[in-house]
Amino acid sequence: MPETDLPVRSLTVSGMSAEVYELGSGPPLLFLHPHTGSDPRAAVLQHLARHWTVIAPSHPGFGRTELPAWMKTVDDLSYFYLDLMEMLDLRNVTLVGASLGGWIAAEIAVKSAERLSRLVLADPVGIRLGGPEATDIFDIFVAAQKDVDKRLYRDPKFALTDLSALSEEEAFIMFRSRESTALFGWSPYMHNPNLRHWLHRIRIPALVLHGENDGITSAEYARAFAAQMPSAKFQTIEESGHFPHIEEPARFAECILHFAKQSDSIAA
Amino acid sequence: MRIYHMTEQPYPDAWDKSTESLRVTLPNKYCDPEIAADLYHRFIDEWMLCDELGIHLFVNEHHSTATCLTACLSLTMAILARVTKRVRILGLGTPIANRSDPVRVAEEMAMIDVISRGRLDMGFVKGVPYEIVPANSKPVRMTERFWEAHDLIVKALSTRSGPFSWEGEHFHYRSVNIWPQPYQQPHPPVWVSSNSVPSIRAIAEHGAILGTVMMGYKVKDLFGEYRRVWHETNQKPLPLDRLCNCSFVAVGDTEGEGMRRGDEVMAYMRTNAIVADQFRNPPGYVSAGAQARMLKQTGKVGFQDHSLFDQNGKRICSFPEAKPKDAIAGGLLFAGNPDQVYQQIVQFYEAVGGFGHLQMMAQAGTMNHEDTTDSLRLFAKEVMPRLGEYAASRRIAAE
Repeated sequence: MPETDLPVRSLTVSGMSAEVYELGSGPPLLFLHPHTGSDPRAAVLQHLARHWTVIAPSHPGFGRTELPAWMKTVDDLSYFYLDLMEMLDLRNVTLVGASLGGWIAAEIAVKSAERLSRLVLADPVGIRLGGPEATDIFDIFVAAQKDVDKRLYRDPKFALTDLSALSEEEAFIMFRSRESTALFGWSPYMHNPNLRHWLHRIRIPALVLHGENDGITSAEYARAFAAQMPSAKFQTIEESGHFPHIEEPARFAECILHFAKQSDSIAA
Repeated sequence: MRIYHMTEQPYPDAWDKSTESLRVTLPNKYCDPEIAADLYHRFIDEWMLCDELGIHLFVNEHHSTATCLTACLSLTMAILARVTKRVRILGLGTPIANRSDPVRVAEEMAMIDVISRGRLDMGFVKGVPYEIVPANSKPVRMTERFWEAHDLIVKALSTRSGPFSWEGEHFHYRSVNIWPQPYQQPHPPVWVSSNSVPSIRAIAEHGAILGTVMMGYKVKDLFGEYRRVWHETNQKPLPLDRLCNCSFVAVGDTEGEGMRRGDEVMAYMRTNAIVADQFRNPPGYVSAGAQARMLKQTGKVGFQDHSLFDQNGKRICSFPEAKPKDAIAGGLLFAGNPDQVYQQIVQFYEAVGGFGHLQMMAQAGTMNHEDTTDSLRLFAKEVMPRLGEYAASRRIAAE
C-alpha cells in the first residue's frame, strides 16, 4: 500500500465529522494523540496494530476533525469519545492517551469505564498537585520553541525544526493543533482543577508511563497521577522524553502488551 | 482635520538592558520608580500643554514593557479629564478582548466622560500579540470575544432604564446598571483600530472610527476597504471623520532641527519590536489557514516587522531599519521645518485619499521635554492653522 493511501475513515460523531485512522486486528485499542496532533505514519500505531485493532482519531480541532464553536473544554472532548465508542459499539477497549490525550483519557474514564478494559496514560497532563507557584507542567506557551523541543524530546531528531519542508496542508494542520491546544489548555494551564478529586473513580486496571527524560512533567508528577487511581501501576521508559510513544515506540507497545496480559490474567 | 498628540510614555533608560526582549520578560528592577514618577509627570505636562495649544490628546496602553509605561489608559485619561479643559481625550485603546470585565470598562469610560464633561473618545483594540501573555488572555477566538465585549460596553453605556442581564458566549452578568451615565449621549464616540484589511469590514459595519497604527502609505489599503464596505449600504460619500492616520511628527525651526528631532522619535521604531519570538505568535492569534499561507509565501511565521513602502508601493526598508529620510518617504514621519512638515502632510493626505483625524506621535523614543514642547508649539503655531484651512478647502471641493 502506498504511504499516502492510509486507512483514514471519516465518521460522524456527536453530529460532527471526525477523521479516524484504523489499522490492525484484534480487540479494540483507542489511541488518543498528544497536543502535537495525530500522525497516521507513527511507528507506534504499527507496533500496536500487531495485537489490537487500533483506532486513532484526531480530536475535535486537530487534524481534519471538525470543531464546533461551542466546544471548548476537555470535558467536551471526553463526551465526544464516549459517543464515538458507543457509535462504533466498542467493548473491552484498551484506552491509551499520550500527554493531552492522557488527560482526555482520564476524563473519559472517570465518567464511564463501561466500555473500557484498561487505561494507559503516557506522561499525562490534566491535574495539578503543587501550590500556585509550582511548575507542575512546563508551560509551552511562554518558552522559546527550541527550549520546548529540548524538553519534549530526548533525541532532537524527533523535533520538527524545518517548517519550510511542510506542505501548506501540513502547516495548516500544525497551526490548527497549536490553536486547539490553547483553546483546551490555555488557562488553567493544561489541567482541570477538579479532575484530581475524581480520579478515584478509575477502578479499572491502569498504567502510567513516564519518559525518563521528560522535561514537561516530572516522574513525581506521573507517580502522583498514578497514586490517585486505586489500581494504577507506574512504569518508566528509559531513553525517552515526554513522548515515549514516539521515541521508544516498540518498547511503548511492549509495555502495554505486558500490562494487558497481566491485567487479563488477574481478571481471569 | 482633528489633530492629536500621543506618547506611549516610554522608559528609554531600560532599553539597553536586553537585546532579546524589552517586552513581557524584562524584569521591573530596571524601572526606577523615581524616574518613572518624573516621566509620568512630564508626559502629563506635555498633554496639558496640548490642551492650551488646541491639540487633542491620544493615550494608549501596553503591558510589561519598557517601551510604554501606560499600563492602564483609563488611569491616564482620568487624570487628563480633570487637569485639561478644552480638548478631546482619545483612548485607543482598551484591549477589550484581553479585559475580563467589559462592564468595568464601561464604568471607567462613563466616569472619564463625565469628569471631562463629554470630551472622551472611546477606543477599543485587539492589541499586538505580545500583549497576550501579560494579559493572560486566551488568544483563541479573540475577535469573537472582542465584538461581544464591544456590544456589551455600548449597551451598558446606552441603557437608561435600569438593569439588564447578559448571558453571552464569553461574558455573563446578571445585572448590568452602570453609574454614572455618560455625559455624551447615547455614548462617547467609538473607535476601533486595525492594521489588517480583513478586519476592516466589521469595523466599518459597526460604523466605528477606524484607527490605524503607523502604516505609512499602506494606510490607503485600509481606508479603501473601509470605503468599499461603506458604499455597500450608503449612497453618500464616506465622511472623513471615520478615518484616522497615525504618524510620527517632529518640527524644528530649521530643517536640521526638525530632522534631528525626527531621528529621536524614530527610536520608537528601533525598539518597539524587540520582543522574544515566542510572544510574537500566540496560538490562534492569527488563523491556522492564514499562518499556513504566510509560511509558504514568506518562509516565516508570526508577527513580523513591517516593511515601509513609498507612495508608489515600492519597498523602502523594514521599519526598524528606517532612517528619518526613509520614514518621510514612507509617510511614516513628517519632519523638518514647519513648511516642510505642512507640505509632507498635504502630499500624504492627497496620496491616501484624505482622513479626518491625524494622530501625531510627537513624543517617542528618546525625545526630551524641551524638544517635545518646542516641536508641539511650532506645530500648533505654524502648521496646524494652515492644515485646518487646507483640509476645510479639500472637504468643500469633495462635496
